Amino acid sequence: MKAAVLVFPGSNREGDVAQAIELVTGRRPQMVWHGDGDFEKVDLIVVPGGFSYGDYLRCGAMAAQSPVMAEVKKRAAQGVPVLGICNGFQIVTEAGLLPGTLMRNSHLKFVCADVHLRVETSQSLFTNRYQAGQVIKVPVAHAEGNYFADADTMKRLEDRGQIAFRYCGPDGSIIDGRGNPNGSSSNIAGVFNDTKTVLGLMPHPENAVEPMFGGTDGKALFEGMVEALS
Amino acid sequence: MKARVHVTLKNGVLDPQGKAIGHSLNRLGFPEVGDVRQGKFIELELAETDKVKAKARVEEMCRKLLANTVIENYSIELVG
Repeated sequence: MKAAVLVFPGSNREGDVAQAIELVTGRRPQMVWHGDGDFEKVDLIVVPGGFSYGDYLRCGAMAAQSPVMAEVKKRAAQGVPVLGICNGFQIVTEAGLLPGTLMRNSHLKFVCADVHLRVETSQSLFTNRYQAGQVIKVPVAHAEGNYFADADTMKRLEDRGQIAFRYCGPDGSIIDGRGNPNGSSSNIAGVFNDTKTVLGLMPHPENAVEPMFGGTDGKALFEGMVEALS
Repeated sequence: MKARVHVTLKNGVLDPQGKAIGHSLNRLGFPEVGDVRQGKFIELELAETDKVKAKARVEEMCRKLLANTVIENYSIELVG
């Protein structure tokens, strides 16, 4: 699996995700600077976390208009898989690759903690190594992760199985917003586009790939992609 | 010509920052303050003299970058 990791001014998790990819593929992904309108053909494009352009105007708004994102939009339309993590999720929604948007956390605080996620489907190139309903533990670190979409969009996401992950309690329960760290609608932590070739999520699976750092529940996401894309 | 753009949250979209501002004002001795909504004000200097053209261009700017129309409305005022 050949992967590219985008780098914007203010990205800060590009190294983490590059290491996670290298861990499962044995090869370093290509790092692509935001000003580059073109880059080598790859099997996967990752938009990493951070604070691109200092979160000016809205999180991800500036990065979504950068030259590299114009190219990413073109490739995504051709079916090239795109993974947006944290700020990367905000960027791909601002770019229109995913529905909805990420708003300020309802309690207005930055949240940095391990959270439980319920995997909603194993039927995607990103989640095929998980079981539907499986509960995993990965960290979040964000101030704007409060997923919002209008009622029609929410219904469409539910009906078409485009919800990838939900925040939940340790037992997988989402009753009364259990385990929801930011006020997200329907406890949404991650969503797919309608072809399930684009995934955006607020949590950081790349920071849960080695036991030394508190858990390995995120590793299966990368292993699943390798299996699907190699 | 100058364009003044107001970007505000749509009705029905929760505004936790506005709420926090409201609570603070209440605490500071302004009990008459009810609902508070926070928005953005953006002023643009334009090299354009035709108001109709300017308005159309700023509309496009709002749609492309200045506002996220999933959650925000915008209004444009042209001055000078």
